[in-house]
Amino acid sequence: MALHPPPAGNTPDPNAQSIGPLELFIAFSQLALSGFGGVLPWAHRALVERRGWLTQREFVETLALGQLLPGPNIGNMAVMIGYRFAGYAGAAAAVAGLVSGPFAIMLALGLLYRSYGELPLVQHALSGMSAVAAGLVLATGAKMTGSMKRRLRPWLFTGLALVGVGALRWPLLAVVGALAPFAIAAAWREEA
Amino acid sequence: MDDADFPGLGLHFALLSLMAIGGVSSILPGMQRYLVDVNHWMSSTQFANAYALGQAAPGPNMMFVTLLGLQIGGLAGAIVTTLAVVCPPVLLTLAVTRLSANNPDTHLGRAVRGGLGPIAIGLTLSSGWILSQSSDHDWRGAVLTLATVMLMLRTRLNPVWLIAVGAIAGMSGIL
Repeated sequence: MALHPPPAGNTPDPNAQSIGPLELFIAFSQLALSGFGGVLPWAHRALVERRGWLTQREFVETLALGQLLPGPNIGNMAVMIGYRFAGYAGAAAAVAGLVSGPFAIMLALGLLYRSYGELPLVQHALSGMSAVAAGLVLATGAKMTGSMKRRLRPWLFTGLALVGVGALRWPLLAVVGALAPFAIAAAWREEA
Repeated sequence: MDDADFPGLGLHFALLSLMAIGGVSSILPGMQRYLVDVNHWMSSTQFANAYALGQAAPGPNMMFVTLLGLQIGGLAGAIVTTLAVVCPPVLLTLAVTRLSANNPDTHLGRAVRGGLGPIAIGLTLSSGWILSQSSDHDWRGAVLTLATVMLMLRTRLNPVWLIAVGAIAGMSGIL
């Protein structure tokens, strides 16, 4: 499949390959269901390497914007990519593809948990899995600190969020609501 | 759980989803607080189990919210929590894509990213901390958690293998 030159900006390109809602639904269903342990690497493989819908640069730019916005990064990417190729219907199809297969799997897992979750063997397995999952989240947070500047300001806000939400168990919405204006204002002045 | 609480559940998760900068892991403490501490719909162990099961299955990391909803409110609960976490960010992303997709690198964009990024990191670390408190009942669990952190930072292993190792370690009675 031929790669198209990146169009200016992220606006839908009328000359792009004819990728409709159905193709988007199928592509995002496939990549969601192959993605054990996070979907992002599979998204790259499916969208850039196999289908050639996006160039490497477009993928990275879409990811960056998806990370800036709240919510699951891959969900935000699905919206942007779906919208770019097929408008609102494309965005809806991409998100539906991303979510519906895993939703069914989660229902099945949940019913199994309800039936067998009390068995001692299952309890033991789950406690081991939970200890590992806690480590995965901690490692994600630790990796994210690698992108931080060696300055007091960002570390101060990281520390305040950690103390408020992690140690003191204050409500997350209140902590973020109180910190965010100061954090953005401080970053605004540093960027200026 | 009382059916009348679905709107409250949906609204709370929807608000949290708009705070999920850097991924849904950053809002785990808000979900745990609401479901476990405030409403007592599940224990902190059940919460940690649901999160771990969600990471063991294929699909986006956020799908553990389906399990949370299923556990407290059956199929309707699963639909409520899933839609509440998926829809608000989707709509916001659509709006941003429509309005300013041509130039994400504005001064305001950089300030928002630079300001909220460190908060998101603090929230994500809080999530891991709270999960480990619910999961690590003694020093052996803590060792497993720490070993996972070290392996994730030093290797490129797929996390699913580590979850499998955790399941085996738990079943074999090491924990």
